[in-house]
Amino acid sequence: MPSYVNPEKCDGCKALDKTACQYICPNDLMVLDKDKMKAFNRDVSMCWECYNCVKICPTQAIEIRGYADFVPMGAQVTPLRSTDSIMWTVKFRNGMLKRFKFPIRTTPEGQAVPDGGFETKGDLNSLELLGEPASLRLPAVFTLKK
Amino acid sequence: MANFENVVVETDLLILGGGMAACGAAVEAAHWAKKHGLKVTLVDKAAMDRSGAVAMGLSAINQYVDLTTGKNSVKDYVDYVRNDLMGVTREDLVANIARHVDSTVHLFEKWGLPIWKDEQGNYVHEGRWQLMINGESYKVIVAEAAKNALLQSGVGQIFERVFVVEPLMDGDRVAGAVGFSVRENKFYVFKAKATVVAMGGAVHVFKPRSTGEGLGRAWYPPWNSGSSAYFTIKAGAEMTCQEVRFIPVRFKDAYGPVGAWFLLFKSRATNAMGGEYMVERKAELEKWGSYGRVKPIPANLRNYLGMLDCNEGKGPIFMRTEEAMQKIADQYKDDEKAYKKKVKELESEAWEDFLDMTISQAILWAATNVQPEQRSSEIAAAEPYFIGSHSGASGAWVSGPEDLQTSDSKGEYFWGYANMATVKGMFCAGDASGASSHKFSSGSHAEGRIVGKAAIKFIVENNTMPKVDMADVEKKKAAILKPLDTYEQNKNLTTDPEVNPSYIKPKMFMFRLQKIMDEYAGGVSTNFTTNKAGLERGLELLQWLKEDSDKLAASNLHELMRCWENVQRMWQAEAHVRTILFREETRWPGYYFRADKPAIDEQNWLVFANCKYDPSGDKWEMIKRPIKRIFA
Repeated sequence: MPSYVNPEKCDGCKALDKTACQYICPNDLMVLDKDKMKAFNRDVSMCWECYNCVKICPTQAIEIRGYADFVPMGAQVTPLRSTDSIMWTVKFRNGMLKRFKFPIRTTPEGQAVPDGGFETKGDLNSLELLGEPASLRLPAVFTLKK
Repeated sequence: MANFENVVVETDLLILGGGMAACGAAVEAAHWAKKHGLKVTLVDKAAMDRSGAVAMGLSAINQYVDLTTGKNSVKDYVDYVRNDLMGVTREDLVANIARHVDSTVHLFEKWGLPIWKDEQGNYVHEGRWQLMINGESYKVIVAEAAKNALLQSGVGQIFERVFVVEPLMDGDRVAGAVGFSVRENKFYVFKAKATVVAMGGAVHVFKPRSTGEGLGRAWYPPWNSGSSAYFTIKAGAEMTCQEVRFIPVRFKDAYGPVGAWFLLFKSRATNAMGGEYMVERKAELEKWGSYGRVKPIPANLRNYLGMLDCNEGKGPIFMRTEEAMQKIADQYKDDEKAYKKKVKELESEAWEDFLDMTISQAILWAATNVQPEQRSSEIAAAEPYFIGSHSGASGAWVSGPEDLQTSDSKGEYFWGYANMATVKGMFCAGDASGASSHKFSSGSHAEGRIVGKAAIKFIVENNTMPKVDMADVEKKKAAILKPLDTYEQNKNLTTDPEVNPSYIKPKMFMFRLQKIMDEYAGGVSTNFTTNKAGLERGLELLQWLKEDSDKLAASNLHELMRCWENVQRMWQAEAHVRTILFREETRWPGYYFRADKPAIDEQNWLVFANCKYDPSGDKWEMIKRPIKRIFA
């Protein structure tokens, strides 16, 4: 059961049309048990442990327990993702704790400008792609044509 | 038949997939579509923010050519890729990606991806072609730009959680695709003037090393089910390099990345006796033509030397993390403060490498009390994968760009539009296009952009809607939904719905496929070794599996997707077996070994081994295509 849900914390995303974990799981594994109003991982042997359900859960109800067929028990790796950074807490089997923090993006969420502000030259028949050649930081696109 | 509403969507350009290549296609196509008044529709089987192979994140960008500073040239990259693939590479395709990929990386940076910089403000290289990034949100950022491009310009629409199965054809031109929602009973019919195939590679075709729930811990994600290969094969497209699988050597069991360790930290890998296979087995390299003498040594040959150690009982192989970290820290040993700072920095970098892209490996380290600065960790060869974007090469045979041909190559490699398959209007990028390895995440995005522009050009020059035969669509719909019917009609014939003589559930079907491939096509249990008789037996077993695919059963929409994912894997498997059988030599010994043809044969097999399925006659054709040097 790579990802598992703490029933105390999961509120089924308050019966919105779908839970956050169900929305994000790349492998369509997280589902809502509508009787209990709790989410669960329906096929743990297809879980990549990508942590996307863990990161997105609004109540921090989802955790990962390492693959039982090869990972010794007792470790825990827990993320806390904000808009510009992520903090990881790594708990070892022997109880040791380590904490790491890394940036995740340099721009405000949602603001990515498709051409990055680079001017696009040329037309449908020219070699330049969106934002080129400026985005190459070169005067022209490489070609073998003289 | 199961009751599904038909949803018909008409568009100009259809983009299938939501990963790096599809996002590249979307961002590019939106720009040119707006100029020409065209519409773009993207269909993803998951949620774009976290779909595809970069869903978890990445700790490095593996293709950055650095043309800006002039340190490397397009030719340098082509040489690197050709050598790594033992001579079998489409130089025009590799060069096309290489000349655009830096632009893609510069866009990533503008969009908000943190790329490591040194004190002078220059990118920190992991190796010659690789950049270090803080890549936890890599896919989120790239998807955001693609979504903004499609939605803010008003040219596009996005369908998430729609699983695409079959191509629609109008003679020799692709006319769109059909699939179903995995959330509600809706059958989708997409009609389009051009279609971009960017649905990833294939995982779980071979039996993985893991036995229980760790099955999901594939190196490449398990949701890569061969959708691209299936779609292109079924459309009748010529396929290339279907034999060129990839076997990654990674940290054992959790498959954490080794790139940073080998390239950035300059770590050694040593065997149980402390010996270095890369040193002790150097003579072996002489057997593999000129490729054994190039630098860097091709990935498959590096694999092979390590495998020889393991076969002789010299395993386990260890990544000497403690030694590598000590060596770097020692440069600061005269300054206690700087030394402590460096040790701390290295520790953080080592953990981020896993936390960004293979969190399971961080769990495994913590669960086994590993501190990399104190002890080594095992590395091992994983299982075979189909991934045209890495050191594998499988995918569709596509046209190159006109301006990167020689007079000699043009007749073979150019037919009108960059990255168009041999099917009109069908464009392929990322893992979907073959013989253009080492594009990784950034190059796949750049190739997606190449495709996005080329496909819009195709539409402008062929601006008619292909005909879709709705009777054929209804036939496809019945076939696609059949597993639901099979289940409903038979489920009450036994007391356990999992055991029923009238049908097979998708998971057991996948296990059956994996066992065939493992034992007959050179999987883990046979040390990646096979021969003609084994492959022929494998084909016989695959034929029965194919017949039984008609009896797949699904109890819900999720299982229906699983049924078709496994049919897709099965077709990827067949193309693979047929091509290994066709190529009568061993060229990539660290990927697979033909025991009956154990040597490289430059005379007869320095060629592309292509294959093509004829849907009307249900026949496969095997084709040799010449390798044309362009950057000689």
